[in-house]
Amino acid sequence: MNTVNITSTLAEAQRIRQDLKTKYDADVGKCYQCGKCSAGCPVAFAMDTPPHKVIQLAKLGLYDEMMECHSTWLCATCHTCSARCPREVHPSRIMEGLRIEARNQGSVKVRPLDIFHTKFMKLVGKRGRVYEMALMLGYNLSVGRPLKDAGFAPKMILNKKLSLFPHTTSKARKEVRKIHERYNRMSNTPHPDQTSGGDTP
Amino acid sequence: MKYAYYPGCSLSGTGLEYNISTQAVAPLLGIELCELPDWSCCGASSAHLQDHTLALALPARNAALGEEQGLSLAIPCAACLSRSKAAEHAVKTSEDMRAQIESLIDRPYQATYPVKSILEIFIDAGLDTLKENIIKPLTGLKVASYYGCLQARPTDFMDVDDPENPQTIDTIVAALGAEPVSWSHKTECCGNSHPIAYPEVGGPLVNRILEQAEKSGADCIVCACPMCLGNLDMRQKALGKKRGRPFNLPVFYFTQLMGLALNLRPKKLGLKKHFISPIPLLSKKDLLKRIKIKKVKNKPADTPVPASESTETPTPNPDNKKGGPA
Repeated sequence: MNTVNITSTLAEAQRIRQDLKTKYDADVGKCYQCGKCSAGCPVAFAMDTPPHKVIQLAKLGLYDEMMECHSTWLCATCHTCSARCPREVHPSRIMEGLRIEARNQGSVKVRPLDIFHTKFMKLVGKRGRVYEMALMLGYNLSVGRPLKDAGFAPKMILNKKLSLFPHTTSKARKEVRKIHERYNRMSNTPHPDQTSGGDTP
Repeated sequence: MKYAYYPGCSLSGTGLEYNISTQAVAPLLGIELCELPDWSCCGASSAHLQDHTLALALPARNAALGEEQGLSLAIPCAACLSRSKAAEHAVKTSEDMRAQIESLIDRPYQATYPVKSILEIFIDAGLDTLKENIIKPLTGLKVASYYGCLQARPTDFMDVDDPENPQTIDTIVAALGAEPVSWSHKTECCGNSHPIAYPEVGGPLVNRILEQAEKSGADCIVCACPMCLGNLDMRQKALGKKRGRPFNLPVFYFTQLMGLALNLRPKKLGLKKHFISPIPLLSKKDLLKRIKIKKVKNKPADTPVPASESTETPTPNPDNKKGGPA
C-alpha cells in the first residue's frame, strides 16, 4: 500500500469539499466514516475502494487517488448508500460525478462498462431510440466476445422480444439529434465517442 | 383518467410482455393510455453516467411533449420513470437548469403535469375498483414482490411509501388474492446493466436475489421493471447451473398477474415469452384456465361479465369474486 503525506493535501481538501458541494450538492465534510454506505453497497465485494473510503479520500484532498478508483466505475447507481447515509452525504452522487470527471479526462477504469454505456448513448444520438439488437451486437464486437448471450437471441426473435429492425419515428430522431448538437455546442466538448473506448471495430 | 403513455425503448423489445399486459389491463380499470407520439429515449441508465445535463434534457423532451397535450406521462419502466422524475425534480428546483433544459430541447417545460409510474396509476385508480373486477383470484400463489432500486430510490424525488420496505406491489398482489411473502431483498439491486456488460460482478447480484426469494418460500417473483425482469429471468438458468441446483422462479410483471386475475387470455399477457416459463406453475395452481364468460349483447367487449364457471375449472364462484384476501 502506498504511503501518502496528507498534511500537504489539507488545503486541497477544502477546495475539493467545496467543489463537490457546488457540483453535486453533497457535503463530504459531514461524513463521520460509519461505513453504512459500504455495508449496504451491493457491489462493494468487487470494489478496490468501497464508498466510505472514496468519501474519506475526498475529505483528505486526495484527488488523484479518487480518480484512480475502480469503484466509481463499478457502482451500479442503485443509490442504496445515499438512501441510508445518516449524514446525508449522498455518496452515490459523488461516485457518479467522479466517474464522469475521470471519463472526461480520458481515464476509463472498467472498459466493458464504459463501452456499453457509450454504445447506448451513440444509438440514442443517432436514432432517437435504442435499438437493442444493434446495442448487443455492437457491444459484443467491441469487447471481442461476438457470441456473448447469443443463445438468448433465437427465442427472443421468435417471441418478438428482439427486433431485427430499429423502431423510431423521424421526428423523434431529428429532435434528439438536434438536442445532441445543441448540447455539443453548449458544452464545447468533443463527442464522448472520441474520448473513450466506444470505438467501433 | 387519460394519460400520455410513454412505453420507452425496452417495452418494444425485451420488455414486450410489460407493454402488452399494461395496455390490456389499463382499460379494464378505466384508465386511458394514449401513446405519446414521437417519444424518444430517456437515456435510461447510461446518459447520467456520461453527462448530467444531457441526461436531464432527454427525458424532459418527452415530459414536455406530454405537457403540450395537457397530460401526465404514464411510465411502466422503472428506469424511464426515474430519469423522468429526475428531470422533473431538476426543473422544479433550479431555474438555471430549467432554462438550460428548455434551450436544449427547444420547448418550454414547466413540469406542470407530474410524471407517474403505471404502478402508481393503478394504485390511484383504487384497489376497490381492481377487486370489483377480479374474476379469478390468484389464490394459493406465493409471490415475492421485487421493487429493485429505481421504484424506491433516489429518495429525494421518488415518492415511495418506505424505501426499505415498500408496499405498493404487495398491496396489488394481495388485492389479486395472491399471498405476498415477506423477504429481505425487495429493494436490492439486480446490477442494472452489469449482468450484461460485466457479468463477473452482475451475476452474483442476481444470484443473491434469486436465492433469497427461494428461501422466502415464494413460488415466483413479481416486478415492475424490464431491466430487473430481464436480469432475473434470463440469467436464472445459467446461475442455477453454476450453483449446481436449478432455480425455478418464474418472474412476472405485476401487470401480467393483474391480467390473469382479470381473466385475460395468457396470450394477451405475453405469458409464453419468458425464459423461465410460468406455465407449469400456473397450471399447478389452476390459474391458467380462463373462466368462461357468457357474452351479453350490447355490452362493451372489454367488460368481461362472469356468467358461469367452466366445468373443469375449480376456481371460486364468480359470485364470490370479491372474496379474495385484501
